[in-house]
Amino acid sequence: MANMAQAIRLALHYGETHLGVTDIFGEDVGAPLGGVFTCTQGLKSTWNTPLDERGIIGTAIGLALAGGKPVAEIQFCDYIFNTIDLLKLAGNSCWSSNGQYPLSMVVMTPSGAGIHGSLYHSHSFDAWATRLAGWKVVMPSNPADAYGLMLAAIEDPNPVLFMAPKALIRVKGETLIAGEPASEKELKEMIDAPIGDARKGWKPKWPKLEFTPVELGKGSIARDGSDAVVVTYGRHVHIATKVADELASEGRGSVRVVDLRSLYPYDWNLISESLRNCGGRILFLNEDTEITNFGEHLLRRTIEEHYYELRARPRLIAGRHVPGVGLAPPLEDASIPQAAQIKEELTALLAERT
Amino acid sequence: MSSRKFPAQPFKDKKFCIDFFKLMVRNRVLEERLIKMAKSSDGFFWIGGPGEESTNISLGLLVNKGHGLKHDFLHLHYRSNGVLLAMGQPMLDFIRQMRCVSTDPFSGGRNFVSHVCRRDWNIVPVTSTIETQFLMAPGTARAQMKLRKQDKDSGITVVIGGDAGTAEGDFASCLIWSSRPGEELPLLMIVTNNQYGISTPAGTQHGEKHIADRAKAFGIKCERADGVSPEKAWEAISEAMEYVREKGKPYLLELMVSRLYGHSSSSGANYIDGEECPIKSFEKKLLKNEWLSKAQIEKVWNDALEEAATAVATARSESWPDPSTVLDHSFANNQKAGLPGRDF
Repeated sequence: MANMAQAIRLALHYGETHLGVTDIFGEDVGAPLGGVFTCTQGLKSTWNTPLDERGIIGTAIGLALAGGKPVAEIQFCDYIFNTIDLLKLAGNSCWSSNGQYPLSMVVMTPSGAGIHGSLYHSHSFDAWATRLAGWKVVMPSNPADAYGLMLAAIEDPNPVLFMAPKALIRVKGETLIAGEPASEKELKEMIDAPIGDARKGWKPKWPKLEFTPVELGKGSIARDGSDAVVVTYGRHVHIATKVADELASEGRGSVRVVDLRSLYPYDWNLISESLRNCGGRILFLNEDTEITNFGEHLLRRTIEEHYYELRARPRLIAGRHVPGVGLAPPLEDASIPQAAQIKEELTALLAERT
Repeated sequence: MSSRKFPAQPFKDKKFCIDFFKLMVRNRVLEERLIKMAKSSDGFFWIGGPGEESTNISLGLLVNKGHGLKHDFLHLHYRSNGVLLAMGQPMLDFIRQMRCVSTDPFSGGRNFVSHVCRRDWNIVPVTSTIETQFLMAPGTARAQMKLRKQDKDSGITVVIGGDAGTAEGDFASCLIWSSRPGEELPLLMIVTNNQYGISTPAGTQHGEKHIADRAKAFGIKCERADGVSPEKAWEAISEAMEYVREKGKPYLLELMVSRLYGHSSSSGANYIDGEECPIKSFEKKLLKNEWLSKAQIEKVWNDALEEAATAVATARSESWPDPSTVLDHSFANNQKAGLPGRDF
């Protein structure tokens, strides 16, 4: 099965050959590296840029203003913060021009902790991103969704921020992407650039892919259950699923895990339905810092719209409000929600009686 | 090339000069009317470009007007109303934007005056954020550069900003991105230098002798010229545009201009003595050449004043945007993704 980097690469290849992608660019995005996470190896529309995040976002806006369809990469979301006024401008271009200048552009960036990245390779951007009105925001938790969400992002006529959970970029999927060869080795030989001198003159052999977008705004159920629901996205889908499996095997309860996939627009219908069908018990979970966290919005809406359906106090587990994620594993673990904390909170949620 | 044809020596041509003068007067009358509207609660904040008429009218006439990569893209700033007037935009539309009525063709009553936008003329949205247009311009210019590499016709990209904004890193970004070896961009950067950043004199903040000199480090052709004189502004802009069109390479043009009413409403928007007025000196030329009499010049002013008054009356009769439209165009094609619970 493809890993997430390969899945993104496949989607971008489909985008540049079928969906009108004109430019795929960013720092080290073009040859020879093809991206620090290899997401852009072998693509025909890639080019390297100066080390200038503002220039990257500004150029993407300009290309979209000119009618192009750019995909720009910010190498780590930790370095997207100095572009935030430009992200605002991209988000308001259609609105402020009264519909004249919608911007069809994708910005992709790795987000979150989990690779021992210290202060500036562990940031999350999801809470900030959901405040960017005019943007659609997605974060896949597996390669198949990464492929489908990237296709949908490219096809969308609006700015879309595609955040890849850093810690999952090398993780293989569990389902084949439509058109992907069944053999991992075969896929690797087809689309992974060789190392060393063999890379010179190398060209990928692309599989015949199919257009299988994941609709923006539609979540999925990563693990079904009936006693409580965890609403999460990205890396924590896997952590929550593991915890749910443990709780089930220990006979403590059946926990559904909802993978939002899209943070904006988000699948409120799925959240509502899950709450009703999972005993009125809900936990929101993500790794961005807890103050003005996106999960707080979902929590507020849950209380406003489902107050009388709740059977237990709704909860949010988020990252600690610390200035950075520390390098030493105990510091990172103390900053980012861990399985033990999630299990403890879910156990309490399942046990609570109103 | 420009979408219009001009005499070989335009400022020796009577008709061209009279037409140019009329546009300058309309530009000035428009700005003064906008100031009056802001001060009399006929609108809100004013910012504009009185004193930059020579530059703006020249640019508006010289531009290759139209939609798509074969025409010029314009990344203007909030002192560029005259560019659009010269391109044929009615005075009424700027007044509509000051009144923030729903008929405002640039933003539908959403943005400040002088924040223009017109897709069918490649005029991208003017932003209040200083110098960000210098980050976006390489994008439209890159799309045009790619067309040129296929030996196809393409327009050029023009970006314009003030002198104070060049302190932003975005200006340096534009110099770098437009001169990447082998991928030089057909991009004309214009800096209108009025020697102030709101209230702060440039000389107290900038050590460089001339802003234009900054291009030299990148091998970008540059020039510094008088942007007050119509003849000199025209000559400088037309030469720069010709270079970018022919060579497909960037050019930095610094034009020294006046700022006749200060920065904006925030500085009072009162007439500043001691700044050179581009129109007064041009009037003298027209009189000296006996191309217009005093009475004819007065009529030009009166016609412009009447146009402005009529426009204000029209705009006053039009309504503000309906509050039910506040979410319109949050997303392309009015896709539903607005307030949670209401749209999805």
